[in-house]
Amino acid sequence: MKKLNDVLLDHEPGSEIMMGNWALVRAMIEADVRVVTSYPGSPTPEIGAAILGLPSEKRPMYFEWSVNEKVATEVAFGASLNGHLSCAFFKSVGLNVAADSFVQLGHMELVGGLVIVLGDDPGANSSQNEQDNRHFARLSYTPVLEPASPTEVMHMFKQACGLSRDMRMPVILRLTTHVCHHKELVHYGSWSPPERDDTPRFDKKAGPYIPVAATVFPLKQRALKKLEQVRAWADDKAPVQSSPGSGGTLRDDLKKKGSQDWVDKPSQPEAVFETPLNRVVDNGNCERGVITMGLPYLSLIDVLADAEEKPDILKLGMVHPLPRETVVRFLEHHSEVKILEELDDFLEQQIKALAYDRGLKTRIIGKETLEEWMGEYTPDKVAEVLRACWGDLLPVSGEIPQVEEHLTARGPRPPQLCPGCGHRTVFHAVRGWLKENDIAVADIGCHTLGFLPPYEVGDALLCMGHSNGTAAGLGLFNNTRRVIAFIGDSTFFHAGLPGIVNAVFNKHNHTLIVMENGTTAMTGHQDHAAGGTNTRGPTVEIPVQQVLEGLGVTQVTRVSAYQEDKLRAALDESFSTPGFSVIIASHPCMLKKTRERRRQGKKPLVPVQVNESCERHYICLSEFACPSYQIADDGGVWVQEDLCIGDRSCMQTCPVNAITPRPKETNPKETDND
Amino acid sequence: MTDKFDVYMIGVGGQGIGLLSEALARAVWASGQDVRGVDTHGLAQRGGTVVSQLRVGADAHTPLIRAHSAELVIAMERNEALRGVLSHAKPGGTLLWYDAVWQPLGVRIRSEVPLKRESIAQACEQLGVTERRVFVEELMDARMQNTAILATIAHGGLMPNVSRENLRDALSDLLGGATLANNLSLFDGLSGPGD
Repeated sequence: MKKLNDVLLDHEPGSEIMMGNWALVRAMIEADVRVVTSYPGSPTPEIGAAILGLPSEKRPMYFEWSVNEKVATEVAFGASLNGHLSCAFFKSVGLNVAADSFVQLGHMELVGGLVIVLGDDPGANSSQNEQDNRHFARLSYTPVLEPASPTEVMHMFKQACGLSRDMRMPVILRLTTHVCHHKELVHYGSWSPPERDDTPRFDKKAGPYIPVAATVFPLKQRALKKLEQVRAWADDKAPVQSSPGSGGTLRDDLKKKGSQDWVDKPSQPEAVFETPLNRVVDNGNCERGVITMGLPYLSLIDVLADAEEKPDILKLGMVHPLPRETVVRFLEHHSEVKILEELDDFLEQQIKALAYDRGLKTRIIGKETLEEWMGEYTPDKVAEVLRACWGDLLPVSGEIPQVEEHLTARGPRPPQLCPGCGHRTVFHAVRGWLKENDIAVADIGCHTLGFLPPYEVGDALLCMGHSNGTAAGLGLFNNTRRVIAFIGDSTFFHAGLPGIVNAVFNKHNHTLIVMENGTTAMTGHQDHAAGGTNTRGPTVEIPVQQVLEGLGVTQVTRVSAYQEDKLRAALDESFSTPGFSVIIASHPCMLKKTRERRRQGKKPLVPVQVNESCERHYICLSEFACPSYQIADDGGVWVQEDLCIGDRSCMQTCPVNAITPRPKETNPKETDND
Repeated sequence: MTDKFDVYMIGVGGQGIGLLSEALARAVWASGQDVRGVDTHGLAQRGGTVVSQLRVGADAHTPLIRAHSAELVIAMERNEALRGVLSHAKPGGTLLWYDAVWQPLGVRIRSEVPLKRESIAQACEQLGVTERRVFVEELMDARMQNTAILATIAHGGLMPNVSRENLRDALSDLLGGATLANNLSLFDGLSGPGD
């Protein structure tokens, strides 16, 4: 098997096992995307990692981790105005951050094309909700293509590029978590670096680009018109029953149909339409049909494997705008059609309205319970939904033997802070400092995990950067309950600054703890603005402390996150006078640091041990709760050396000083020098 | 008859289950069979339960394995072995597990009792699942537990049509230098002639 870089830059067509996020990068390269921007968020950071894995001199596009999704969208927009095919990618809730700029894009003539890749997260695998971003598409008149597999990611991204460039409009490629991370054999096309002319071609005559008051309406009308053209095109292309065919370009199709709005556009590279957007699986069933899309389609195919009767399936690749004629044809040929739709009833509402308008008698079965609005449409979920709809369709599943109760009554294992994590010492110290009625406002990052036992520090959470605003509100009419807020250093720049400025400006009364670890840890250690490096090398460092001081925060205390006594003293000091204050609790991310040590060939640090003076207070085990500490059958405490990284942050928590570094001579491969 | 063989892998974030899954996927691919899969990414990797799913055969379309339908469950940790066998093992299937113990929080805050090794055998027996426990004394590096699992698969022929050579080549593909040499030496020692 080839190395990922060789696959991504392969000049010849080939095939390789790739996850959806990697297939996307190959597609970007084949489509000659010039500018890619993002803010890291699951399930999409592997896209950035794959791009950055390419040697910088061979990287065929500009790529940056922007400060947040809104800025990422704006950078991609600006590049598109100059004629560069651009792409911004981010997670589901990233679109909320980007929204103010994103919703305007449809009004603009995007000369170079702009594809927004969304990593939606049905099942809330790593998000604070499972919002259905198709609603944003409707709100902003933006087409949405939704692939089901890495192979479709590859093809549909290229289709999205063609569509966007040809129509000069934004296009969304909507992925979901298990499309991003699904690995399968992907056949890719040929690629050779084209001759490029990167002349900045922005021409305001191609606009107008200033939507203000009355000038909005021609722009809105154009956006709506484009959307109807896309709908007509999608209907004409669909449905097809064969595998990848030889479709022409959107340009050809529109010319064939004699579209007047098309012919005067300047020449653009040819769009690539290699797979059908929408597909009918004809099982010869006149009674029952299913309309579905994306991953639920694959789940459906798997679930139907054992079914005696298989419904016909219309699998939509374009989920917005709805290809109405395609849907009508499918409805007309079936007595009952189930809309198998993950998350909200986005298509169901439109399809029911369409059937009403056309006077169709087909029974359309949408969501029947609230459960059908929730969670990922895995094969198990799809089987459940189908059984509720058509009780006779699927065979009865075999009996699963039961086990004795003592074998089943074990709790889940949620993620936890890593051994040596500076956040752990902060939460352990803060837990001991907080009074019963105090309020701790959490934010997004690894430190969100502080709300879990045993620390239970974190009482409210909305989204990235909310903590200062929320804490300010909790502080109003409140002289009795202390309010503290948390924020990570990447989130500080992402969405934290306005809340901090507001706290200074409006003289709010809470303390912010900045959990500074020098990186965007949760999503895989991407650079942020205070780190001194970006995707291309060294850059200006923007230190958190200087920013705070520059914003007028008068009380800023910097403490090593490993020093619990000093943290508690800083908190006491902060609340000794009213007003807004900040504590920067700083310690580098130890997961990152430990990996770097290993990569540099440095010896691991000597792990700690629990010596004979242990009196079984169990603070290390149950309150500080570093996962390295384990309980023995006799009630003693021991250190799991596969986990301990020798950071020693635990030593201060033992009331009888029973935690000491293990003598290093027992393993010559270790060192006690950091 | 459906052409599929599902491998449900479970462990704790940090145990390197992604590498195990990658090696298995490569070995299956080299054996000439269709393969697809999916790993856990993101925050869930931080010390929480981590799952990787691998599906072999032309009739597997999603990367997601249905409950109680995996022909092979592979677990890298004792508590996760129980979790995985209960949720995904197919009656008549196999649980292959490495007996490392990373106690979950419930045990460390003493609200749950530590899980005994025998409980895994009991669960397997009651579910009609064949149990294969792996444990290597004096393993040089905990990250080599994956290799002990791969070697056991090779030794027992636990993946249909996947040969010892397919697995060995996959390891060679993914590792390099001294790490590779150490892992191959462990693999060769444990995979020996098949039984």
